[in-house]
Amino acid sequence: MKDDRTTQIVLAAIAILLVVGFFLPNWAMFLLTIALAKGMLVLGLLPLMRTGLVSFGHALYYCLGAYAAGGLGIAWGISDVILMMLAGGLAAAVVSFVLGFLLSRYRGIFFGLLSLAFSMILYGVLVKSESLGSTDGFNVVKFTLFGIRPDDEMVRFTMLAVAAVTCGIAALALHRYLGTPLGLLAPAIRDNEIRVEYMGGSARYAIHVIYVISATLAGVAGALVGAAVGHIDPEMAYWTQSGEFVFIAILAGTGSVIAPFIGAIVFAVIHSFAFDFSPNTWQMVLGGALFLIIVFLPNGLWSLFGRRLRARG
Amino acid sequence: MAQNTSNYILEATGLNKSFGAVTAAKDINISIERDAFVGLIGTNGAGKTTFINMVTGYLKPDAGTIVYDGLDITALQPRDITRMGICRSFQIPQLYNSLTVFENMMVGLGVVLHHAGRGGFFSRGEALVPGSEKPLHVVADEILARFDLSSYRGRPAQILPGGVRKLLDIAMTMVASPKILLLDEPTSGVSAEEKFGIMEMVMNAVKQAGATVLFVEHDMEVVSRFSQRVIAFYDGRVICDAPPDVALNDAEVQRYVIGGHRAQG
Repeated sequence: MKDDRTTQIVLAAIAILLVVGFFLPNWAMFLLTIALAKGMLVLGLLPLMRTGLVSFGHALYYCLGAYAAGGLGIAWGISDVILMMLAGGLAAAVVSFVLGFLLSRYRGIFFGLLSLAFSMILYGVLVKSESLGSTDGFNVVKFTLFGIRPDDEMVRFTMLAVAAVTCGIAALALHRYLGTPLGLLAPAIRDNEIRVEYMGGSARYAIHVIYVISATLAGVAGALVGAAVGHIDPEMAYWTQSGEFVFIAILAGTGSVIAPFIGAIVFAVIHSFAFDFSPNTWQMVLGGALFLIIVFLPNGLWSLFGRRLRARG
Repeated sequence: MAQNTSNYILEATGLNKSFGAVTAAKDINISIERDAFVGLIGTNGAGKTTFINMVTGYLKPDAGTIVYDGLDITALQPRDITRMGICRSFQIPQLYNSLTVFENMMVGLGVVLHHAGRGGFFSRGEALVPGSEKPLHVVADEILARFDLSSYRGRPAQILPGGVRKLLDIAMTMVASPKILLLDEPTSGVSAEEKFGIMEMVMNAVKQAGATVLFVEHDMEVVSRFSQRVIAFYDGRVICDAPPDVALNDAEVQRYVIGGHRAQG
């Protein structure tokens, strides 16, 4: 068996984020929190991509998670960020469980476009829903943690800490899952689905389970972003948002559960600085970065780290 | 479930299969005894692989039934048939090319564990494979050793030589503890010198597993040496079903199946 240091790396990363994060300026804490949340969503795309499926519609669950979290505050005045994330994950899990029966039947471009269609349906419904703020969305109640509202100076750090710990737990859980018999099926399905069936496995069942896990992570990520930003709107379900997640996934690679977080942080840095230096042409910088990654690192940024780890191991 | 007392582990009755105007199987009636080693012969397009595809659920017959150990499996899906103990290898090896040889085995064993309810989130690699009651990686290594594949353990399947790919394809069928093994041309694409060695290895491994074997083969020397019974196909029909010394000397088999082979050598 390979010498696997993923658990140690994830735990070390959480510790570093908690220590170093405390000394970061507020804007950097916020940037990092959002990047981690998006990293968690892309983490959910990882097992799907390992089966050879690319979802162009995960913004559906990202938005659904955010609206579920925001809805808790509106309907019941619940502001606890943990409960918000649970609500976001649960809403996404339920919807993905239902849609999964249909989506697990499709492969390739059909899977991608069908998933996109569902996210655009949600977008269409939300922009027409005046009770949910229509195109403007609505503000999320200020979050609390275990019933306590952090001081103003500690709000950003608290949210960063919540994001770091949640992402760490998600990464370790998914890492564990990928080592289970069902998790091992993901690359096998991509390589040879017929053989999977002839070994007694059900590719559809495996894809359905992976899809629900993936969507649940997206829902939690959406809730986290909703609580951190304090405002949600239908743009979270728009197809360009799904495109951004796929962009990060390609940038990161699927080699490890750590990769999505590296990808999301690098994306956030490129995006922020490109926008800062070149407000009108920042998309060109992003496009150029993706071009370079595809040409020189077809397995994503993680291949840089993977090579180093292999060389040491 | 009632115990099946029949001496036959597999009974195909009245199988018919057509693809448009082409008839691939015409009234196929075959019964296979337990622990038998049966050679299936015939020219290309004679119906051998169609028969295997129908038994393993890949193709549904237009008419007829297939009974395995007393149960009608005609309408079942390939995965359900595999779980019952009917496993197959392929003429062109069907591997997980991006995975290593060891990982190829682990995928199959993982499926077995999952369906035994032992491969849950909290058990992972510590779960024991049903039957052998050994950990996953131990069973994988044992099967690889049985097929002399241990030295290829860490290599990606994509870069394996042809003969090794063939062996791995067959080794992967062993993870599900097959009761019936259908081998589709186990020595095709393998050099003449390697053929007998591969067949010896495969047959020894299969005997250890206690499986009934049906194998499609074009090399009549391999057929006569490794089969106890030969079923010859021609034009979608069974034209002979007899022990190898009788079948290989049958006039119709000589005319429609062997002809060219014997002449060559």
